[in-house]
This record gives sequence, C-alpha cells and structure tokens, in this order.
Amino acid sequence: MLLLNASGCLDALTAPEVAAGLDAFVTKTVTPEPREGNSPPRIAETDAGMLNSIGLANPGREAFVGRVLPRLLEVLASPVWVSVGGFSSGDYALTCARLPADHVAAVELNLSCPNVDEAPATAAEIVAACRTATELPLYAKLSPHAWDVGEVVRAVEAAGADGISLVNTLRGLTLDARLSPTLARGAGGYSGPALRPVALAAVHAARRATSLPIVGMGGVASGRDVLEMVACGATHVALGTVLFADPDAALRVRRELADAVRAAGYATVDDAFCAAHADVVSPVN
Amino acid sequence: MSRPARALRRVVAVEAVGPYTLLRVERGGADPGTPGQFFMLEAPGRVLPRPMSLCLAPRGELWFLVDPIGPGTRALAELDAGAELHVFGPLGNGFRLDVKRPLLVGGGIGIAPLPYLSEALDRPPAVLGFRTAHHAEAAELLPGAEIVIDPVLVTDAIDPGRDVLACGPEPMLEAVRELAADAQLAWEAPMACGYGACYGCVVEIDGALERLCVEGPVLTACSS
Repeated sequence: MLLLNASGCLDALTAPEVAAGLDAFVTKTVTPEPREGNSPPRIAETDAGMLNSIGLANPGREAFVGRVLPRLLEVLASPVWVSVGGFSSGDYALTCARLPADHVAAVELNLSCPNVDEAPATAAEIVAACRTATELPLYAKLSPHAWDVGEVVRAVEAAGADGISLVNTLRGLTLDARLSPTLARGAGGYSGPALRPVALAAVHAARRATSLPIVGMGGVASGRDVLEMVACGATHVALGTVLFADPDAALRVRRELADAVRAAGYATVDDAFCAAHADVVSPVN
Repeated sequence: MSRPARALRRVVAVEAVGPYTLLRVERGGADPGTPGQFFMLEAPGRVLPRPMSLCLAPRGELWFLVDPIGPGTRALAELDAGAELHVFGPLGNGFRLDVKRPLLVGGGIGIAPLPYLSEALDRPPAVLGFRTAHHAEAAELLPGAEIVIDPVLVTDAIDPGRDVLACGPEPMLEAVRELAADAQLAWEAPMACGYGACYGCVVEIDGALERLCVEGPVLTACSS
C-alpha cells in the first residue's frame, strides 16, 4: 500500500519535507495553458469539511515539463505522479505525450474537477485518447457524483486505464452572514471528514467492478481511516484536506495504522484488504 | 530554511481585552519568529486551524490576540487554561526592521502583531484606530499609542514622512497605501494550511495571484 497526497493538497516545491513523508507525490493538475485559478475568496470551512474553488491554478503544460518537473525530481527522492487535466480529450492526450516516461511514475487523469466550467468529454473517451499517447500507468480520477460508480469504472478500464482514483470532491455551497455565497465563484469542491463515507461507498462499489489498483481518498485523517479504505478495496490511500491542518499527517497516520490493524484483529494491513466485502449481500433485482 | 515546528502547547491563560481575547500559550521550544509572522492554531472541534500573528512573546509564552467572530476564533477564545492545542509556526514573512523613522499603524484586531513589533523597534510612535471605546481597551497592549475612535480615522493621524508599518482591515490598508507608498502592510486572507499547500489565500501582487502565506502576510505597499 502506498500513501500519497490527493492532487492539489500539497506543493512539494514549497514544502518538500511534507512530500518526503509520502510514498509518492501527486502534482497539482497540469492543464495545457497556464491558469491563475479562480478569484478569492476560494476556500471556506464548514462544520465537517471545507470548500475550495482554487480552479486548477497551475503554470501550464510547457512550464510544468520544462521548469517544475525538473525541480520536483531534484527535490524529491520519491516517485512523482502527474495529475493531468484539460478541456478536451486531445488536451489530456497531448500533455500525457509530453511527460518523460523515465521520470514520471504514473499519470492521474483529473476527470472530475468541480471548479471549472468546461464539460470534458466522457471519462472513457479521455482515457482512450491518453492510452494511445503514453505508456505510463494511467489512473482515472473519478467523481463521487456518478450514480453508478461501477459502470464508470468498467468503462474507463475498457478504455485502457491501469488504475482508479476515488474520489474527487463533491460540489458544495456555503453562504455568508448576508446570504451570499462565501466563495467568489459560488459553489466549490467539498472535502474533509464529511466526504469520507461517500468515498468509502465509492471505493467499495468500484472494487466490485474491477480488480485494478484503486487509490482511495476523501476525508482520510487517521490510521483507522486508511484501514477502512483498504477494507473497502483500496490498494493505495491518499491524504487530502488533513494535510492542511496537519503537515505531519503522513507520519502520524502510519503510526496509527499499525495500532488500527492490530485493534481490528489483523496481522498486517494487506490482510484487511477487501475485508468489508466479505459479508456484503449482492443486491437482487 | 529549517521547517517550523508543529507541536502540542498548553494554554497558560485566556484573558479578555475589551471585546477581544488574549490567548496565552506555553512557548516550549518554539521560535517566536519575527514580528508580523503568524502561527496556525488548532481550533478545537474545527476542521482547519486558524492563522494568528504573534502579539507578544514574553518569557516562556506566546501571546495571540483573538477576535471571537466565527466558530474557529470562538473555539480558541473558549479554551481553558491547561488545555492543549497544536501550534504550527512561525510562518510567512514578517515586517522588515531596517526602518529609520518607524510609525506603527493598527486598526481593530489588526493591532495584534504591533506590540511584538513595537518591542523589536524599541517602542516607536503608534496610532491605533478602533470602532468603539470598548474595542479601544485593547490599546493597553501597546502603552503610549495614540488612539483614535471612529469617525476619526488612523489616516487622519499619519505623518507621511515616517516609515509606516501597518496592520488592519483592508480599507484601512488601502488608505494607508495612498498616503505612504513605501509602507509595509500586513494583510489577511482565509487560509487552510498556512504553508503554501492549499493555494486558498491568494491575493493580487504585482498583477498576479500569489499565496499570501508564502509571499506575505507583510507586503510592501507598492507591490501589494
């Protein structure tokens, strides 16, 4: 099991020591052109999570490949996964083609950012386009909004995905004292503790649809949370919002995981893989 | 640059200062940093910590002035002596201290970093503006400061020939910038992380959106 960061929740160039606590670093999403992101305010706390409307701020594909990636490789000893975004399947494929296969460990296709307007092609179309553009392992990062996660998982697997990342944020909205949206953009991506049951359900459903590796994420903040993701079928787990509150979260979570595994009656975390599937009765219809 | 520490610290005392709350925390081995830098304080029961600039660093303690206006700041103000909270910092860039004729200017809760700054600059003159006389009770943290109360504004009392170092609400900072192009201004923005991870606290600097926690929170007026 690898412990990663959720894309967009860490800048390894600003905080390399935080990235060093992870088994691999996932970059912020890279788009074809530079993006400044949305206007502030673009974060807001809620009772059980937070909203963000960063809007894929990034230096763009060429600056990333030419300037950012070489610095990341210099600073980090661990593997780099690149999150790729775009507004057409061609955008995604071109960025994939530009990534040096010998320096990048995997590509995560951001198929589900809630903070940009442009409607992307279907997840499977994008995966298929990228499959022809790169030999790198392709992880499809999916939205928790899909009614039937299993159907989307089967579609991206058929299109050539090597793994699944679940979940991206849910769309959410908060209002200020004067009843205006707190975020300048209006709605944003909802993450943190409130997202965890949603993420567990999505990972659980995805595991019933595929045997591909799954990176589970969404509200994971403790060793027990990691164990539950694995029990639902995640092969890897990513930390997101918790990194904002606790830059030492990776170290702490690993420490807690050993205790959580024992407390649940398992010898190793791998032994608990898919434990949450043993007693599930398949729906009859 | 060595990484600032994040550690559990014990609350020494919680005191009312006018409508504000002075949160006194055990310093432990923490570096108090330079005036204008901030710490992320764990807000009990909340998902995210809250950025607070250091108000004073008397022997063995870190003092933070909190305006309890939302769920996070209220949770901090309601802490009891003896409680523990995670404290992460010092973070960001503070005030430059290489000034010849300093004048400190603060508005409301924006006076928070000025007592520590005043100590570092050997108690220069200061002008503090408040909404009400009750709010102005916080001026006791900066003895000798000139106090103005709404409708009088701090900008009515600024000598533009001085090196202005200011912290306060955005309209006040904008007005100070008009008077003193070289002023050092400490800004505020909602922050999730305080260490450059979330990209939530961006402000426009020289025409581009930059992270306030990395580039600031103290910026020179002409570039902010």
